[in-house]
Amino acid sequence: MSFRIIVLAKQVPDTRNVGKDAMKADGTVNRAALPAIFNPEDLNALELALRIKDQRKDCEVIVLTMGPFRAAEIIREAMYRGADRGYLITDRKFAGSDTLATSYAISLAVKKLEPYHLVISGRQAIDGDTAQVGPQTAEKLSIPQITYAEEIPEVTDKHIVVRRRLERGIELVKSSLPVAVTVHSSAPACRQRVAKLLMKYKHARTVTELQNETKDYTELYNQRPYLQIDEWTVDDLNADVSMLGLSGSPTKVKKIENVVFAHKDSKVISASDEDINSLMKELIDSHVIG
Amino acid sequence: MNNIFVYCELTEEKLIADVSLELLSKGRKLANELKVKLEAVIIGSDLKDAESMVFPFGVDIVHLADDSRLFPYTTLPHTALVLDIFNREKPEIALFGATSIGRDLAPRIASALRCGLTADCTSLEIGDHFENKTQTEYKNLLYQIRPAFGGNIIATIINPETRPQMATVREGVMKKEVSDDKYKGKVKKVDVAAVLKDSDFVVEILERHMEASKINIKNSQVIIAGGYGVGSRENFQLLYDLAEVLGAQVGASRAAVDAGFSEHERQIGQTGVTVRPKLYIACGISGAVQHRAGMDQSAQIISINTDPNAPINNIADYAIIGSITDVIPKMIKYYKANSK
Repeated sequence: MSFRIIVLAKQVPDTRNVGKDAMKADGTVNRAALPAIFNPEDLNALELALRIKDQRKDCEVIVLTMGPFRAAEIIREAMYRGADRGYLITDRKFAGSDTLATSYAISLAVKKLEPYHLVISGRQAIDGDTAQVGPQTAEKLSIPQITYAEEIPEVTDKHIVVRRRLERGIELVKSSLPVAVTVHSSAPACRQRVAKLLMKYKHARTVTELQNETKDYTELYNQRPYLQIDEWTVDDLNADVSMLGLSGSPTKVKKIENVVFAHKDSKVISASDEDINSLMKELIDSHVIG
Repeated sequence: MNNIFVYCELTEEKLIADVSLELLSKGRKLANELKVKLEAVIIGSDLKDAESMVFPFGVDIVHLADDSRLFPYTTLPHTALVLDIFNREKPEIALFGATSIGRDLAPRIASALRCGLTADCTSLEIGDHFENKTQTEYKNLLYQIRPAFGGNIIATIINPETRPQMATVREGVMKKEVSDDKYKGKVKKVDVAAVLKDSDFVVEILERHMEASKINIKNSQVIIAGGYGVGSRENFQLLYDLAEVLGAQVGASRAAVDAGFSEHERQIGQTGVTVRPKLYIACGISGAVQHRAGMDQSAQIISINTDPNAPINNIADYAIIGSITDVIPKMIKYYKANSK
């Protein structure tokens, strides 16, 4: 039996480049309007998984992501860097899921990949910063969790040793397997694409993507079945629809306010000696400093 | 039934963590508004007299789980105990610190109870809600208010149907306020041995290296904070130079920490610490709302930025348009020459 690692990854809108049309009227994110990237801490998680694969010949790294069709991009990206294969969980019925509904769907997909040894993901995604999906998935799988990992110094068939980065220090913990690990940004950065893997997987496609290709891939896919990226829908996961999407999400967005900076009476001053000196004089005289 | 619960974290010295006392202070106010009781959950070992640390904050009932295996914190035993208490007591609201511990524990609890959880709230209020779809009126819900989506929006989240309504809150966001020095509540002891199983101990701590928070910018009266615009770790040294002269502490925005200019312990904002100094000097900080959430209560704000349109300038008392390499040395020079 191989040592199976499942990497949970998310394609996220790049929140550093948000435009006006980023939010829909119901308060959910309009992903189509934003540049999409591989969630940064999920790349750290992928790296820790690939480091285990570097050490063990029998290791397989599977990427699991949930999102719209275009999220297959990050599965390919992970394959270029060393992942063996990936699955895309995609269905309109997932739309509007909060962390609880998301972790339910992900846990069903992970169960389809049993027997696994390790489920590893970033600590949090930059579009929500909640850090909830990792622990919630672990709970749904009834496996222990180790959060904020920055290194995995030891892995055997039976246990794992993880160094955790906490607010005020570090902790070295040992857990039985299987276990869910979430990875902190202080973990090593992910390796770059490997040219050989880029060549090998550049034609990897999901079923939906193949339908949109003008070229006929049938023969290529018969010869190289590993190019197929499977898509899983609600039916494939045997999911209870009432536990998904908006209906399966206990949290509701009541109100969204766009951020408007309240204008104070700001005094704008220059960097000239006179301006700086008079400001410093005022601060000293009013006992704010000194 | 229907009371407000706060999970209380223990520090290395086995005191109740500040963030928990802040949550108790907020919890007391919410409890008064809802006319319910405030209850605290304390899980650890050697908890002699732990209850006396929380009673002054207006706690009516303390749930104590005391066992040598419960300190330091590990996920599964604490989860099992909190679930045991919540399943019996059916809280209306449950609050956790948005700390290494709270952000590990709260989602696990929320998943097991299938209830809603909102992370990193910057404000908690009580309010009503009318659901148009089902024509249902909900009274006295917890409004969980947080910046979202890269800080471009402020979202108000509610959990109309599920209980408890759960939220995490960062240290320093709520004010710590003793409500009554002589207040005495009741203590309920949890039968730890009856709740925990061997399988709750599959994760074992091999080593711990904890620092009693070495860098503590929270209580500093003057803070010099740097953002991505500072440009480099070398330029950050200028901030330390100014801080040393003024007797201040150095803080950083998330972008500066992510870029490696500064340590994580210095991060100010929604995902860092919240500060309220007398003077806040923001150097090369554009002023995303998450950062603002951590510093906009400062008594006086000075921004140093080359960009006259940086949003931080709108909340600054003084906006100096210029580069830090130019401005900071001038400040140091004037201060050295003119302070007593």
